[in-house]
Amino acid sequence: MPFSLLKYGLNKDYPFEKNADLPAPSALKQHYDVVIIGAGGHGVATAYYLAKYHGITNVAVLEKGYLGGGNTARNTAVIRSNYLTSEGVKFYSESVKLFQGLSNEFDFNIMYSRRGQLTLAHTDAAIRGFRQRTEVNKHFGGKTELIDPQQIRELVPSLNMNPADQPVLAGLWHIDGATARHDAVAWGYAKGATQRGVELHQLTEVTGVDVEKGKVTGVQTNRGKVSCGCVVQAVAGHSSIVAGMAGIRMPITTYPLQAMVTQPVKPFLDPLVSSPALHCYVQQTGRGELVFGGGSDPYPLYNTRSTMDLKESLLAHAVELFPFMANMRLMRQWAGLTDMTSDYSPIMGLSPVDNYYLDAGWGTWGFKSTPICGKTMAELVATGKVPELIAPFAMSRFDTFRQVNEMGATAASH
Amino acid sequence: MKIINCPLNGPRNSSEFVHGGEVRQMPDPNNCTDKEWADYVFYSDNQIGVVTEWWLHAASGYWFIAERHTASDEILRTYDPSEIYTSRFEFSEKAASGLPEEMTV
Ligand SMILES: Cc1cc2nc3c(=O)[nH]c(=O)nc-3n(C[C@H](O)[C@H](O)[C@H](O)COP(=O)(O)OP(=O)(O)OC[C@H]3O[C@@H](n4cnc5c(N)ncnc54)[C@H](O)[C@@H]3O)c2cc1C
Repeated sequence: MPFSLLKYGLNKDYPFEKNADLPAPSALKQHYDVVIIGAGGHGVATAYYLAKYHGITNVAVLEKGYLGGGNTARNTAVIRSNYLTSEGVKFYSESVKLFQGLSNEFDFNIMYSRRGQLTLAHTDAAIRGFRQRTEVNKHFGGKTELIDPQQIRELVPSLNMNPADQPVLAGLWHIDGATARHDAVAWGYAKGATQRGVELHQLTEVTGVDVEKGKVTGVQTNRGKVSCGCVVQAVAGHSSIVAGMAGIRMPITTYPLQAMVTQPVKPFLDPLVSSPALHCYVQQTGRGELVFGGGSDPYPLYNTRSTMDLKESLLAHAVELFPFMANMRLMRQWAGLTDMTSDYSPIMGLSPVDNYYLDAGWGTWGFKSTPICGKTMAELVATGKVPELIAPFAMSRFDTFRQVNEMGATAASH
Repeated sequence: MKIINCPLNGPRNSSEFVHGGEVRQMPDPNNCTDKEWADYVFYSDNQIGVVTEWWLHAASGYWFIAERHTASDEILRTYDPSEIYTSRFEFSEKAASGLPEEMTV
């Protein structure tokens, strides 16, 4: 037994570790340079990069619940960059690169694991779409290939090649596809940010936004009022509600998205497998559980209840892909509130209110963008200039009919 | 399964229905600004509360209106569109001829 472990074991402060946790809750100050609404991955990542790269530490992250308890805790952690548009591929590729270095940067294991992601084509039209995505991805340095049924069989021997009588014709094999521990990402950023002086206030709900002469001046919370120089909102499913407090209307609709997890079994499935035609994706976690999910609920709602119809259809499709799953036990089922845009791309950048910045519209696909989104939003706040990488995702694109259409590259792959 | 009360067919499984979006006044596409049109097509209040929405009973091809709460998911009332729309919507002649050449072909 290592001596240090014995020393810890006998220490009466055990398991005390310096800087292991977040600072104890404190009173709210009257003024912050930056207020970030929402302590999901996006909010704390923005705070982290503000402190780390721009020396801006008079920052409060206000969270109505607990750190990373929103969609950050509920997502299925697919990380990929095999999108369709050049804007999308460039943006998400940067995020994948940042993810690869996060464990080292945090000195905290986020369990990043590159597994590869396999998307199945069951029609000729899907193959044509995959060809285009392969080329766009390669052009921007990504590792994506179109593979045939034999190669698919070799990669995933347990896959049913004729699920629901829709034969698997080809696959989009995205070698960069990966997964990571979502809670660790939120905690890694939060620890790094608070160690540099950022304040994280949990159980602190923003209930109003003060705007004077078109410029944000402060926020109201259940713990009182604070004034601030600028605000970043990163509240996922509640985007329209919080923006509404600042008088901003958004091109967003909130839909629940459900997912489930089975009991753990021996490792058998390395790649993340997704079938857009069957509205289903399945992957095995490092602990051996199968996580699977599909498309959003069929109509808008602010409620994280589970529905029988979605469970039924999701289970039916998962069992089609991997028939032996019929004998497995389901452990948990849950939902998150996703902020959907009509082009399946995010909304990042300026808003109609000065000094009020938007990080929204992440729908069912925003976990993978946590690092690059935090980094670019921090740059925007610090410099006041919109970084080139996120310029195409401005909310104003809807007013000029310049959508960044990622619908086909998003459905049931997230 | 959730049951929705169709004004034409009575209580049916929710899987027979398709959500059609909020009931909103369409601006005149030929005379409104781009911003007004964008707002109509893409933007939404998306708040928690009672919304008035179009729903389709797919099996019978019947459109109706429902008042639904967006947090409790409770459907307070469903009714035939004739309660709101009392006359047929006509696209005006003038507006139609005002379309640019390339859009008419
Ligand atoms: C089932 C499911 C599966 C998904 N799968 C994937 C996937 O595989 N890959 C992927 O990339 N993405 C996925 N996503 C999407 C992803 O989870 C989100 O886009 C991402 O987590 C958004 O991060 P966030 O930090 O912006 O939001 P969140 O983590 O939701 O954080 C927002 C925070 O804001 C807080 N908040 C809200 N209102 C207020 C207020 N008034 N005052 C203070 N705080 C407030 C909330 O409590 C919450 O903690 C999935 C989502 C779901 C629901």
